[in-house]
Amino acid sequence: MRRLPQYAALAAYIVFLAFPLIWLLSTALKTPQEMALTEPTWVPREPTLANFTDAFGEQDLVGAAVRSLIVALFSSVITVLISLPASYAMARYRSLLNRVALGWVLVSQVFPFILIIIPLFMILREMDLVNTLPGLVAVHVTFTLPFALWMLQGYVRAVPPELEEAAAVDGASRLRSIASVVAPLLAPGVVATLLFAFISSWNEFMFALVILQNPDVMTLPLTLVRFTGPEGVARLGPLAAASLMATIPSLIFFAIIQRRLKSGLMAGAVKG
Amino acid sequence: MRIKSALAVVATAALTTACGGGGGGESSSNEPVKIDFLSLAWQKESVAANKQLVEEWNKANPNIQVTYVQGSWDNVNDQLVTQFAGGTAPDVIHNDSPALAGFATDGYLLDLRDQLPAELKNDIPQSAWDTVTFDGGKGEQGVYGVPFLQESQVIIANKKLLDAAKVRIPTADAPWTWDEFSAAAKKMTEGDTYGVAWPMKSPVNKTLNLALNFGGTFFQAAGGKTTVKVGPEEREVLQRIHDQLYTDRSADPAALGQGTADPLPAFYKGKFALLPAGVYLRQQVAEQAPDGFEWVTLPGPKGTTAQQGAVSQTLSIAQDSEHPDEAMKFISFFLNGSNQAKLAKGDWLLPTSQKAAADPAITTEENGWDVATASAKNLVVAPFLKVNGFDEWKSKVATPVLQEYFANKITIDEVAKRLVEDGNKVLERYQR
Repeated sequence: MRRLPQYAALAAYIVFLAFPLIWLLSTALKTPQEMALTEPTWVPREPTLANFTDAFGEQDLVGAAVRSLIVALFSSVITVLISLPASYAMARYRSLLNRVALGWVLVSQVFPFILIIIPLFMILREMDLVNTLPGLVAVHVTFTLPFALWMLQGYVRAVPPELEEAAAVDGASRLRSIASVVAPLLAPGVVATLLFAFISSWNEFMFALVILQNPDVMTLPLTLVRFTGPEGVARLGPLAAASLMATIPSLIFFAIIQRRLKSGLMAGAVKG
Repeated sequence: MRIKSALAVVATAALTTACGGGGGGESSSNEPVKIDFLSLAWQKESVAANKQLVEEWNKANPNIQVTYVQGSWDNVNDQLVTQFAGGTAPDVIHNDSPALAGFATDGYLLDLRDQLPAELKNDIPQSAWDTVTFDGGKGEQGVYGVPFLQESQVIIANKKLLDAAKVRIPTADAPWTWDEFSAAAKKMTEGDTYGVAWPMKSPVNKTLNLALNFGGTFFQAAGGKTTVKVGPEEREVLQRIHDQLYTDRSADPAALGQGTADPLPAFYKGKFALLPAGVYLRQQVAEQAPDGFEWVTLPGPKGTTAQQGAVSQTLSIAQDSEHPDEAMKFISFFLNGSNQAKLAKGDWLLPTSQKAAADPAITTEENGWDVATASAKNLVVAPFLKVNGFDEWKSKVATPVLQEYFANKITIDEVAKRLVEDGNKVLERYQR
């Protein structure tokens, strides 16, 4: 009974978080007439699947989702594979080069990408990567990497060096102590970085817009925008239906991977 | 280890397969010419009409195969800037005429003057060709697109409230004067019901196009220099809309901050009777209006003239296209009279083709097509279309100034002063 306020607050928070999704579902099931009511309804009066049939009938949403999934998976895995050792080096080896590298990582975040999109496009064209998914993966990795590096090196710093020293006292080589002591403790950080990279890539629109031209290689965000017209006018029903479908893979991915997001692994690892 | 190698092979294969269809392999002489067509159609019927026409063309022309690529109005210019710079732009490009000026000056679009077949050229009136005629950067006027769809301003009216007010119903031949329009709006204002609603979230194009009713152009050119002018002609429409809001109180203040389509729910509810809007908005009304709701399309009001400024949707050919002749053949087919009628019907806009304008599909009384199509005769090239720096003037100066004016925060004299003084500073930078 004492926990009632806590549960109420938690319920309110869940409703707050779930609101956009519930609204999306409600809109996706409404007729155009019901969408134009001055008093919006939560539960559609005459639910219809017409928005779903329109959305899936007009656009290759499944194909686009599969391509988005491939790009997001490759981008996130490659980002983590590169940033993991780099972040360890940045966190553990203090040198001028490291400080410069960290500064560069931060500075790289302030560049508006519209400035670099044309040179980047030229480079990709020279490499025959325009209009290809590997080209898009390369760009997504490049742009996710600095923040992923920054994020992961924070996790590495949080692992006390004393743990590695203790392993060394027990005779473990540096590689062994990284593999057996540091890596398991970094699992939550790796998962968080993986999620960040996956969602960034899954949602990314602008680079995909300029790099991918062939309808056969277009990703999901490019397909969703086809339901919008000039000056923000949109076909709300099919757009809501398609957007709902677009959120499902990332929800599933999150549900699978979130179990690894544990905290407190290092509680009590070092005395004092 | 084997498992890891196998996984690596599978992953590489998946990524490579998934990107199939990419690249742009060179075609040998035996292979059909391939043309990419970037279309911005987005309405269900319009997309269907576009796809159907491309399919028809591809069946009839096995040697010139067109790939339909769907783009989006919101991002097309960012997309094109990059692709033009990278030399990978689509061969045939759907856009609107304001965007063509910059691309033409930068040399990214093909001058179509010598490419246009006589039939297509003669079927489209000069006033529409004027919307795509620009300086190509070498001091020479060129034609950088084929104009095919235009938008006029009409008034969408709640029939029940209109009939109850017992006012004269305007026709295409005898539209309301602005005085009659204001009087009708006043008469329809009763209790919680307003006569009219002016959604003014994006007020510039709407007011500038209507300003031509009184000869207001907002820009003047002298000695090779363009400057902003706000004289009595330009003030007229602004003042009249402001009067409806604050003197007559016949305009719904709730609609003021809204986008074009936002007031529709209140319109269906009978909160106001008249909604001045682009002809395309009829599509949403036809689709969304509740059962039993009766609506009609009325022509836009008339000042000293019924003229309205217009821009066009266009098809252009990229300068770097390897197949400009084939692209032009496709455009000629795609925009012939009967096909333009299908495209106009799909997008609820007005065709530039005179043959299309006579098509029964878009002269029917149903959904106000007769009134909408008849309004095309009043369209002239929007004066702002050829002003270098208009986009910046619009976003940095005109939009906030007009929003403040319609919110009754500044006077018409202040509007004139800021539009001219701040506006000229912006334009000057483009004319150095």
